[in-house]
This record gives sequence, C-alpha cells and structure tokens, in this order.
Amino acid sequence: MVIDLRKCEGCKTIDKPPACTTACNTAHHLRPEQPWIPVYEVEGAAKGSYFQPTPCMQCENAPCVRVCPVGATFHNESGVVLIDQGVCLGCRMCMAACPYGVRTFNWVDPIVPEGMTLKDYSPETSVPQRRGTVGKCMMCAHLAIKGELPACASGCPMFAIYFADLTENVATNGKELVNLTSLLADHHAYQLKPELGTKPRVWYIPGHGEAFGREMK
Amino acid sequence: MGLRADQERHLINTVMQTGPGFRVAITVLLATALWGFYAWTWQLRHGMGVTGLNDRMPWGIYIISFVFFIGISHAGTLISAILRLTGAEWRRPITRMAEVITAVALMMGALMPLADIGRPERLINIAFMGRLQSPILWDLLSITTYLTGSLIYLYLPLIPDLALLRDRLGHQVGPVRRWFYKTLALGWKDTPQQRHRLERLLNIMCVLIVPIAVSVHTVVSWIFSMTVRPGWHSTIFGPYFVVGAIFSGIAGIITAMYFFRRIYKLEQFITKEHFVNLGYLMLVLNLFYFYFTFAEYLTVGYSFMEEEHLLLQSLFTGPYAVAFWFFAFAGILVPALIMALPWTRTIVGITIASVLVNIGMWLKRFIIVVPSLAVPQMPYEVTIYQPTWVEWSIMTGGMAGFVLLYITFARFLPIISVWEMAEAPERVAVDSAAIHLPVSAAATMAGGSEGDD
Repeated sequence: MVIDLRKCEGCKTIDKPPACTTACNTAHHLRPEQPWIPVYEVEGAAKGSYFQPTPCMQCENAPCVRVCPVGATFHNESGVVLIDQGVCLGCRMCMAACPYGVRTFNWVDPIVPEGMTLKDYSPETSVPQRRGTVGKCMMCAHLAIKGELPACASGCPMFAIYFADLTENVATNGKELVNLTSLLADHHAYQLKPELGTKPRVWYIPGHGEAFGREMK
Repeated sequence: MGLRADQERHLINTVMQTGPGFRVAITVLLATALWGFYAWTWQLRHGMGVTGLNDRMPWGIYIISFVFFIGISHAGTLISAILRLTGAEWRRPITRMAEVITAVALMMGALMPLADIGRPERLINIAFMGRLQSPILWDLLSITTYLTGSLIYLYLPLIPDLALLRDRLGHQVGPVRRWFYKTLALGWKDTPQQRHRLERLLNIMCVLIVPIAVSVHTVVSWIFSMTVRPGWHSTIFGPYFVVGAIFSGIAGIITAMYFFRRIYKLEQFITKEHFVNLGYLMLVLNLFYFYFTFAEYLTVGYSFMEEEHLLLQSLFTGPYAVAFWFFAFAGILVPALIMALPWTRTIVGITIASVLVNIGMWLKRFIIVVPSLAVPQMPYEVTIYQPTWVEWSIMTGGMAGFVLLYITFARFLPIISVWEMAEAPERVAVDSAAIHLPVSAAATMAGGSEGDD
C-alpha cells in the first residue's frame, strides 16, 4: 500500500470522521473505537501537523507472526498477514510484539451482521469475528482476489490510498495506474519505523494535505 | 543424633493439630479463592471486556501475577537444592517448606495465564499446533518441566517421613489418611540400601533442578524482552528476572517460616539463626537486584531515545510514580536497612522486611509490565490502566489459593522434614561459618541438640 499524504487532510474539510476509517469499519462491522485503519494527527518536523492513516503494515518480517504460539497469524501467498480466528487463543502476545499498535482484540462480543453465522467466516474476510480473538487490517484480501481495491482505498474521496502489487510493480488508487518504483522513488516515500527491520509494506509519500491547499501552520 | 524423641513427636504432631484458627483460615481462604473463580466465570461469560485491559494495554494484572508467582517459586527448590549441594546444615528445618512453596507457587502461577487467555478452550491448540519459535512455547515447556521436577523433588524426601507417619500414627488418624501414608511411602523400611538410593536420587535432582529453575524465569522474562517495547527490549532481562525471582523467593520462605514457627511452636527448630542467615541471603539478593535495576534504568535513560524517556518520565514523576517509589523505598531500601542495622535485625524485623520485599516485588512486576505498554507506539496518548474487580478478584483468589494449598499441605504432612532433622550431626543448627550469635541463643541450641539419651 502507498498512502499519498499530500492528498490526505484527515477529512477535516468535509467535517466527518476519516472516510477510509469509516469505510473499513463499515465493511468489517467494527466498533468505532477499534478501527483497523485509524488516522493519527502527527506533529510536523518544524511546525503544524499532518494526517497519517495507519493500516496494518503487513510486514515481511512480521513480529506478530514470529511470536504466535499456535501460528494463528500467518502470511498468505500474497504476503498479506492474516489471522485465523478459529485458531487464535487470545493470548495477545502478538499485540505486545507489534510495534505499530495495529492489532485489536475482541474484548466483548463483536458486531455480527444480520443472518451471518460462523460458517461465513474466513481469515480473508475476517467477518464475523469471534470474541476473545485478535483482529486487524488484512488489506481486504477477499477483495483483492476479486481484483477490487481495499475498502479504505475505495472509500477515500481524494484517492490518496494506492494498492500496489510488488511483483507486477504497479500501484493504483482506483483512478490511475502507476509504476510502483517510480511512485516511491520520485516522491521520496518512507516507511514507519524502518530501523526495526520489520520490512513493512506500507509506504507514505510525505505531505500534509497540500493537494487541498492545506498549510503547515 | 540430631533429634530427641520428644522433638520428633512434636514434629509429627504438626499433622495432628487443628484448632479453630485453622478452620477460620481455611474458610476465609476458600471463600476468597472461590470468589476469584467466580470472577473468572464472569469473565468467561461476558468476555475480557470486563477487565481494565484494552488494545493499548493488552496485558495487566494476570500477567503481573503470573510473573510474581513464578518468581516466588524459585524459593524452594533453588534454595533447598543449593543449600543441600553446599552442605549447609542449617537448611534442614526449612527445606520442605521451601520445596512446598515452589510446587504450590508454580501451580497457581500456571493458572494466571489461563485467566488471561481470550479463548481458554483453545489451549489444546498448543499441543497440536505449537510453534517453537514462540516465547510462549518456551514458557510452557520450561514451566511444566520445572513443575514436574519440583514435585519429584518434593516427593522424594517426603517418602521417609510418610513411612514415619505410617508407622507412628497408626489408628490416631482415619483409614483414608492411613492408606495415603502407606501407599505413598512406597514400602520404605529405612534400610541402608534404600537410604543410599534416595540420597543418590536427591543428589541428581539437586543438580538438575538448578538449571531448570534458572531457565524458567529466564524464559518468562523473554516473553517481554523478545518484543521491541521500551523498557522490555533489554539483554539483561534473563539474569534480571532470575535474580528478582530468587530475591522474592527467599522473602517468601522467611514469611512462611515465621508463621509456621508461631503456629506450630517450632522455636527450637527454627531459630533466629535461620532468619538471620536467610535474611543475609535476602540482603545479598537485594543488593544484586538493586544493581540490575539501577543498570537498567541508567541505560534506558542515558540516551535521548524518545520512547525510553517517556517511559522513565511515567515511572519517576508520572502516573506510575507512586508504585515505582514505593517499590524503591519499601521494597529495596527499607529491607536492606533492616538487615544491615543490628537493632532491626530481629526475627520480627526480618519477617517485616520479607513482607515488604514481596509487596515491593509485586509492584516491581507491575512497573515492568504496565508502563512499557503505556508508552504510545503511534501518536496517541499515554495509556492509564485501571484494573477492575474481576482482575483484582482473580489475583487475590490466586493468592488465597496459594496459601490454602500451602497450609493444607502442612495440615497433613510434616512441614519440617523429620528424617533430615534426625540424621543431622550433633550441631545441626549451628554452621561453623555462621555469624556470631548472642550467648542466650547459642545456649538454647546447644541445649537442644545435646540432650540425647
């Protein structure tokens, strides 16, 4: 995933909670206090602030995968880190190990959509969830199979979120298809906490919503 | 021999006594433990949301209690094994109470993560899908090995005493108890061959149990240090936790010693020398632990790394300051002073020190677990952890269960190893390398062991 922060201003101008967060919460029937793509307001280098949507980094060297005692969290063939809530013990070691704080726990009964049963569950859809297990963003793996964008990318009115294919070296935000390497290199994309060696697969193009004319004040 | 007939009878009689005090204690403890169990069923019914835990603070009271219990478990087997290996004669009256602490603390310690797991019915998955790369698996393997080993190490030296009870008590106890003593005594006839075999087995266990015990608290510490949280990701954690465990374990024995001594009137067997010797060991471990803690926080704080600084701030002046400074003063400084100053170095003083140490060490485990998780990993606020009645109930239930199991053991089995006391050489309570005792105490002990017929 590549998130172009030049185009993100936290949905402040439309005076709503961030659209990506809302789209994801709706698609996965999440409680608003436990989003899988929260948007943080980060202090700028000198002054002002910028917004940072923060999905699961889908680390190549995922600490969560490493510490799980039963292998409930694992990489699929595309490299997405999934959780099988049919196996998860709920020990939360993965939550202690994740440096990005992107994993949530079903402390109470999750919201189960009408008519859905446990039979409908798969680690790719993550719906319906189970109480006492861990959940997180799985880059809408169930949509990717169908060739669709993740809910957050589709939901962003500014097309700030790009979904990328590392092997094909392309990225798309639903409006345009670009070369991934160029996108990252030309715009000096960075990762979060790269020094930890997790090899996250979410890149950020630095910005503060200037595509809206938002200034760093 | 080291034990007069009347002394032996006194020790055997500890399994015959039961007064109203005992019954009150059992009732209160059982009620507390059952309340803790009820709180757990409440949690199972309503989900872990009934605790004060949340996504930012995924671990709390249960994990703290887990570390605390496993820490205390290092008391027994480590101390009794090491004292046996070094031939410290003064160990004889306290090895069994120490070994029981280990067994019981491990059992209660193992229950705490059970309370912490979101889907306990899936624990069986570990058997079929366990991953050796996970620190949790290391814990499981290490703790079950230690529990097995410490139960064996408790049972083996119990055999001669079981035989003694089988032979001496006869119809003074009910048929069920008689059957237990007889069966578990495994036909012990106290022949030289059996003695020899037992000594050899004990020697092997002594040597094996030490690395197992060290490995246990090391892997418990690795649950934390294998993550990258500030204050956790430190290479010192293995030795740090082991030293802390031995420290709190010794304090546990001292407290237990004091109460058994009073309740069963064991003054002639457990003397001031025992308190002073263990107290000095506690002091040494105190200084060791202070050294490790100081080295940790100095290293954490000397660089300007942001997360580490947030952590230290929350400990020294922030929301966790009360716990931290209470630990530092009441858990480290005061007990050290009590042992260092001659006029506080009394049986009561040393026992108070031991209680303070254990309160301090529980707080220290809190300080290790919670503030590191409270440091934000992303731009959000520092988390404040507020445990609920469910967590406190389960924790106190576990502690009540610990004491309950302990005093139940003492109710039916001798809390002082009778045969080990009996086989001691003349000067059983005074080790030639021991500290100088006041004249009256030395005279009491000399009187006790020289009164043979």
